[in-house]
Amino acid sequence: MINIPMEHALIVAILLFIIGLAGALMRRNLVYILLSVEIMLNAAGFAFVVAGARWMQPDGQVMFIFILTMAAAEVSVGLALILRIYHNLKTMDADDVSKIKPN
Amino acid sequence: MTVAFYISSVIAILSSLMVITRKNAFSALLYMIISLLSVALIFFILGAAFVAALEIIIYAGAIMVLFVFVTMMLNLGKEAEKLEKTWMRPRVWIGPSILALILGVEVILLIVSSEIGSLPGGEITPKEVGIILYGKYIIGVELAALLITAGILGAYHLGKRKALLQHRYLKEEKGGSL
Repeated sequence: MINIPMEHALIVAILLFIIGLAGALMRRNLVYILLSVEIMLNAAGFAFVVAGARWMQPDGQVMFIFILTMAAAEVSVGLALILRIYHNLKTMDADDVSKIKPN
Repeated sequence: MTVAFYISSVIAILSSLMVITRKNAFSALLYMIISLLSVALIFFILGAAFVAALEIIIYAGAIMVLFVFVTMMLNLGKEAEKLEKTWMRPRVWIGPSILALILGVEVILLIVSSEIGSLPGGEITPKEVGIILYGKYIIGVELAALLITAGILGAYHLGKRKALLQHRYLKEEKGGSL
């Protein structure tokens, strides 16, 4: 963090988050939605690390480790759900999946 | 070092854009790995070497491999072999390879110019992170352990095949239910 302004790094984080959000809203394939959520989580962790590097505190990195843990747990459950949906419905489309009725 | 930061930022944004616009799932996954690698390089430049390593090991190494496994499982079928040939087409891997090459050249240049680690007091060592993680944030570590346990149980429960008994009555309906 010597000659890189914090604002530039934060702008990169914001852009990454916006890209992830746009992907989650535009794509209808479940795998892509999960990937976009990963991009968003990564951008949030990026912002934490940038802030930690700006003030020379290790707290930002600790928060990134927590986000990493959360992302790992989320992905394992999400992918298990996707596999289950595909085996039962033979579709990966989020709109098709939201049409099913609970029995 | 400043130039390296901007180059990897551009690569991160570019590859993230490619992730959400690709049709081929494998292409998207390759670009996602490139995006994570470039973010790891940015962490390295910012002096956070520990999380840079974690980003590569856990994100690119574990989570993305999980994605690749699931994508391959979903594509099993008659056309699997034909599909595998299409995955190997150059246009699937040429873009990510070029971006990875740029990142690799960047890393080599940074190491050769020995700018990494020469930040005057700018690096946060893994020791500091570990001390604060197991000191002030110990409750967070325990909650993370609970979360991981819940994740394991949830994935196991969802991945377990149910007996077909439940679905026998739903066979006639199109679509069925979860």
